[in-house]
Amino acid sequence: MSTTSISFSETPLLSLVLQRADDALILGHRLSEWCGHAPLVEEDIALANIALDLIGQARSLYDYAAQVDGSRLTEDHFAYRREQHQYRNCLLVEQPNGDFAATIVRQFLFSAFMDLYWREMMISRDETLAAISAKAEKETAYHLRHSAEWLIRLGDGTDESHERAEAALDELWIYTGELFERDETERLLASSGIAPDTGALREPWQARIEPILREAALKIPNTPFMQTGGRSGCHSEHLGYILADLQFLQRAHPEAVW
Amino acid sequence: MSEKHLPLWEVFIRSRSGLAHKHCGSVHAADAEMALQAARDVYTRRGEGNSIWVVPSSAIIASDPWDKGELFEPALSKIYRHPTFYDVPEDVGHM
Repeated sequence: MSTTSISFSETPLLSLVLQRADDALILGHRLSEWCGHAPLVEEDIALANIALDLIGQARSLYDYAAQVDGSRLTEDHFAYRREQHQYRNCLLVEQPNGDFAATIVRQFLFSAFMDLYWREMMISRDETLAAISAKAEKETAYHLRHSAEWLIRLGDGTDESHERAEAALDELWIYTGELFERDETERLLASSGIAPDTGALREPWQARIEPILREAALKIPNTPFMQTGGRSGCHSEHLGYILADLQFLQRAHPEAVW
Repeated sequence: MSEKHLPLWEVFIRSRSGLAHKHCGSVHAADAEMALQAARDVYTRRGEGNSIWVVPSSAIIASDPWDKGELFEPALSKIYRHPTFYDVPEDVGHM
């Protein structure tokens, strides 16, 4: 397999673009796993719509990654021909779908963050990132609305739906700390007006999710411990299985096209 | 399945400003907001609309198919009610 992997030098900008692209690709793939399995046909289509929005975002971002890289790599190379440790997605998006409550909680926590992120990135000095953000923000605002309304109904629904929503929040909460991490180079990109400072998004994020969680009768877990590692390529075991699915065709038939 | 417990909603989409909302189908949902979202997700995926109405199916009063004789047949013999029945003088121009 290693013979078909790409190599490239990861500049701070490229790393940032890959973070966004990998988040979108992996979560989009996860949601696509619901296709044909959602609790209602309406929700089946809703989840597939969100998956397609995310995969569309991933495509634009990988395409830009290829431009930034400037060698002969394409969006497909970045999507399908990297090793696991080269993926920059956060751990939250690679977590299994679990039950419907877990999928909704994951989507809610992530979309609440990304909506703030895209909004800030719309004024990036990087014109491509600003344009991608303007499109992605509208999509993400709906993902947030959809998952928030579901979460309120699950959390404040039956005893069973409440228990499941609470269990999902308890389980996934430890993956939220990673959303706000940034290293020295990312601080630099933030201070030069290329990308939002993710650390500064924590409070607005908290302010956005709290009223929804209150309405859903859910409590934020009281745990100081946060998981980390995804951004630097130390992933949970789940990503390997996702990549095996995603990459099979490009690994078996390198350069295959539609 | 769970659909048994979820009410049915009729969906009306307006494809362009100025046109009327047209019935396009139905969705299952627990309440109005979720019905609106389901309608958006199911019926506007290809840019079909810029406005959605959802109405509880139970709120719609329908005519009885058995009544179609008395309701609709009397109109069939009154072709003079169609505007095309009359010759419009040319001077009237575009109507």
